[in-house]
Amino acid sequence: MGFSDKYEIVCGVETHVEMLTKTKIFCGCSTEFGGEQNTHVCPVCLGLPGVLPVLNKEVVNLAIKAGLALNCEIADFSKFDRKNYYYPDLPKNYQTSQYDLPICKGGWLEINVNGQKKTIGITRAHMEEDAGKLVHSGETITTSHSSGVDYNRTGVPLLEIVSEPDMRSIDEVLAYLEELVQIIDYAGVSDCKMEQGSVRFDVNVSLRPLGSNQFGTRTETKNLNSFNSVRRCLEYEIERQADLLDEGGQIIQETRTWDEGKGITLSLRSKEEAHDYRYFPEPDLLPLVIDSEWIERIRKTLPELPSAKRERLQSIGLSEYDAKVITSWKPMADFFDKAWEEFKDAKILANWVTGDLSGLLNAKNSSFEESPITPQQLAGLLKLIQKGEISGKIAKSVIEEMYNTGKDAEVIVKEKGLVQISDEGELEKIIMEVISSNPKSVADYQAGKENAIGFLVGQVMKATKGQANPGVVNKLLREKLTDN
Amino acid sequence: MKISKKEVEHVTLLARLELTEEEVNQYTEQLNSILEYAEMLQKLDTDKVSPTAHAVQLFNVLRTDEVKNSLSQQEALSNAPEAEDGYFRVPRIV
Ligand SMILES: [Zn+2]
Repeated sequence: MGFSDKYEIVCGVETHVEMLTKTKIFCGCSTEFGGEQNTHVCPVCLGLPGVLPVLNKEVVNLAIKAGLALNCEIADFSKFDRKNYYYPDLPKNYQTSQYDLPICKGGWLEINVNGQKKTIGITRAHMEEDAGKLVHSGETITTSHSSGVDYNRTGVPLLEIVSEPDMRSIDEVLAYLEELVQIIDYAGVSDCKMEQGSVRFDVNVSLRPLGSNQFGTRTETKNLNSFNSVRRCLEYEIERQADLLDEGGQIIQETRTWDEGKGITLSLRSKEEAHDYRYFPEPDLLPLVIDSEWIERIRKTLPELPSAKRERLQSIGLSEYDAKVITSWKPMADFFDKAWEEFKDAKILANWVTGDLSGLLNAKNSSFEESPITPQQLAGLLKLIQKGEISGKIAKSVIEEMYNTGKDAEVIVKEKGLVQISDEGELEKIIMEVISSNPKSVADYQAGKENAIGFLVGQVMKATKGQANPGVVNKLLREKLTDN
Repeated sequence: MKISKKEVEHVTLLARLELTEEEVNQYTEQLNSILEYAEMLQKLDTDKVSPTAHAVQLFNVLRTDEVKNSLSQQEALSNAPEAEDGYFRVPRIV
């Protein structure tokens, strides 16, 4: 019997995003990525005795912004707590976090899996500090006799976003994560650079017999740092749990770790007793009172979010698929929007943005953010095609020239004499030459072989180096061949 | 008894302390007498009092997001019992 006839998956995810601030959450050290080890540290983030943390206002602003983007209620009163545990990446032996009074509660987002819409609940989102980075001297963590610690990341502000256990398949989990990361990226709360660890996931999963409405025992796998790791980890963990249940075994509620190289999850059971965090209110920080005026001020800074953007793009003529592709990446969506202000055929524009321009930028190792071709310049190129001044084929070479020189399409077309020949007199001469040098195709066409005309059009295009207007050539050729 | 010997042993472990049997007994007794004393507070009617988040009645002490000078690597490591290649060196973790 297959897995899906037997069990249902129940999954929830805790997502940690590094917030986009210049400084750390409780001190003025820079959050810049990649500094030399232990150079973005000060007495506060090193946890030296006698220091006092002071909350960064921008962290609160971004947390409110994320909360609003995720349809959360923003708490009018919230506070920080100490989460106590010993690990050398945490110099204070506690993490400053929020326990019972988080800044955001009760939100949701909508996912779409194979055309099926579903709302996923967001339990809460709270502010906390990141930990440092451990470097192991030996081959692996277990064989090294000592570790090095870099505290540059310690105190970088994090927002932990906790979902409800609402997801019932791996596809739903991935759809939730993609939508969540997109919202956070659009809202400008985080740069969402996965490769730099700006977003990390803890995945909770359990199985239950199909049709049951009670939750099974769950496991939590911590610190996954890509969508692909989440997918592979879930595939493994679901199968592991199903095998255990099939054999009549029991799932142990525990924290597990993902081994990327081996593609397996491993128990961290030995540490379970240490997971008694003894939370208590942080006496070094004062509570936070957020009034509606503050919330409204932040609400005004919220940009158009992905779901609204997708709807708008569909309303101006894009298919659901194209709207999804364009919005999947904010810089691309921004580029599209700016170009659309000057070129209103959304479908043609989308094809060029996701096709030729995207391909060109990729090939040149560039991006929409750094594109030397501006949205206005792309619109200018498309207008030339629309007006019949150049063919689509010529446009493909023009766009490359635009990239290399930064010049407008119009200038390149003029300088290189690429203007499409639509002048019937000029085309007639060339057509007559093609007709006289290709008697066989002419005879074929006149004998009723319709597709012979394609070859003749091709010959005219070749003779004009692609500059002839294909529509006019086609029309003139037919006229000439019928006259004869 | 408010707190058992077993709980004291658990807290000892969490706090990374090593206590003798005698010390565990002694602390269990002492902690119990402290907790019993503090129990007096339970007699107060707090139905209409909201929980206190902080002893000081102040809110929203915030700073602007401006980068300040950090320590140099040398300064940062100057109190470290052991350091190597710019890292704090700590004993094997697991
Ligand atoms: Zn610092």
